[in-house]
Amino acid sequence: MSDTFFTAPPHWQWLVILYFFFGGLAGGSYVIAVLADFFGDASDRRLARLGYYVALPAVIIGGLLLTADLTRPDRFWHMLVMSERGRPLFKSWSPMSVGSWGLMVFGGFAFLSFLAVLAESGRAPAALSGLRHGRLGRIIGALGGLSGFFLAGYTGVLLAVTNRPIWSDTPLLGLLFLVSAASISAAALILLGLWQGVGSHSIARLSHMDGWLIVLELLVLIAFVASLGSVARVWVSAWGVLLLLGVVLAGLVVPLALHWRPRLLGGLSAPAAAVLVLVGGLVLRVVIVLAAEAV
Amino acid sequence: MAEPMGFFTDTTVCIGCKACEVACKEWNQLPSTNGGANTLSGHSYDNTRQLDGIHWRHVKFVEQFDDDRHGGRWLMMSDVCKHCVQAGCLEVCPTGAIIRTEFDTVVIQSNVCNGCRDCIAACPFGVIGLNPVSGTAQKCTLCYDRMQVGLTPACAKACPTESIKFGPIKDLRQTARARVEKLHALGRSRAALYGEDETILGGLNSFYLLEDRPEVYGLPAHPKLPSRNLIPSSLWSGLGAVLVGLVGLVSFRQRRMEEIRGKGREETRDV
Repeated sequence: MSDTFFTAPPHWQWLVILYFFFGGLAGGSYVIAVLADFFGDASDRRLARLGYYVALPAVIIGGLLLTADLTRPDRFWHMLVMSERGRPLFKSWSPMSVGSWGLMVFGGFAFLSFLAVLAESGRAPAALSGLRHGRLGRIIGALGGLSGFFLAGYTGVLLAVTNRPIWSDTPLLGLLFLVSAASISAAALILLGLWQGVGSHSIARLSHMDGWLIVLELLVLIAFVASLGSVARVWVSAWGVLLLLGVVLAGLVVPLALHWRPRLLGGLSAPAAAVLVLVGGLVLRVVIVLAAEAV
Repeated sequence: MAEPMGFFTDTTVCIGCKACEVACKEWNQLPSTNGGANTLSGHSYDNTRQLDGIHWRHVKFVEQFDDDRHGGRWLMMSDVCKHCVQAGCLEVCPTGAIIRTEFDTVVIQSNVCNGCRDCIAACPFGVIGLNPVSGTAQKCTLCYDRMQVGLTPACAKACPTESIKFGPIKDLRQTARARVEKLHALGRSRAALYGEDETILGGLNSFYLLEDRPEVYGLPAHPKLPSRNLIPSSLWSGLGAVLVGLVGLVSFRQRRMEEIRGKGREETRDV
């Protein structure tokens, strides 16, 4: 019997699950926006703009969810500052401490890029658009992108650095969450892009990207289940069924089929695949968090 | 620093009276379960059930009976925070609420804790829980307040059979080893110590004398630190970032794919 079965559940439930989702969406959308800005052509600029528009609200929602999940929300700032000495508190070996700072740092970059795209659309002083262009824009994009990757993946590391079943029985949760975050972000941007009419060219690129991300996620998911060893028996349960049907089938295999055979549903293929990926991404986090809580 | 202090709990003389639980609750003013409503566990004579934020001592009843209830045995063990020398809860706590005291014990400062509950998930023994009154994570403090004025912790003071012994760790180790030798001489060959040396998390400042495998008492055989996963998990995530970056790069640069294939790897490294 794994030693992780002798531990107690922390009661991280819906607020934390939703934070994992919105945090992943924030980090992933920002990363995709930066990739589009750095490597795409002029026609991808509108898509990138959408990514920056998603990142800031998503990270704000995530921060609020996390604060609300504390049993003492009034002390949320204790994560960053020593409450009795007033000095900054940073523990590089505690994922929650690093994550709190990462959330703040990412929030800062997301805010700057958000200002830049507001400025481009004429809703903020024009000078601020420089935050996305030239050398300064490159620096903000690169650092913001790195912190976006961090935000998308650290939550899996946070779960791993415990002693709970499933979470601490594998080193692959951070990888899984990160790939899934990129995938749900691509899906969200496909939906928003179709709605805002960013151009079929950009949508095709996102679709291509999400197809490969889904393949990657499937491989990681298989490796994740295999890495659990004897603990994998926890999936012989309703959670296992949900993982198989809700995540693997509905959230990965069907969207992948729609990406590769867009004629299956005609014009609805792209939005249907995106919706399924988003739902699958949420169900993945539900299953990972609540299956361990139930042990 | 004062001398490392702790508990040695000799389960062979525990009679399951739960005086330690009561003394602990009294001294630490811990609230009752369900507002004092009498609830029975229904599957055991033990109705405390577990250690958590309002039960800092818990006398476990290990009730092993044959199906026809002819043969059977009781094992009793007063469980408590292990005050690990390498403490998982202290490692992960993001607020600095969990500290190591001058007695080498581990204490949660309730005025600092913000209830993130990471320590609950990190504890290898499932010791910590939320106290609904304070809204913070709580557990045994080894009566830090009593120790600071030279008093014995409430549970050890109340124990009528001296199953719970309190004192300097080095003295407790001697006592414990002598007790094991005595039991072995009496033919009770399964008697063994749990957590008295450095093999378990650098040593448990609250260690036990057991007469069966640790798992039988609900203790993990090889408890580990949460930080064991930090580096591998971070490295795998880093690989994920590289892969996602590559997928993004390829997707947004399809037109220049040939060029990338040709010129190659230096560019992909720049990602």
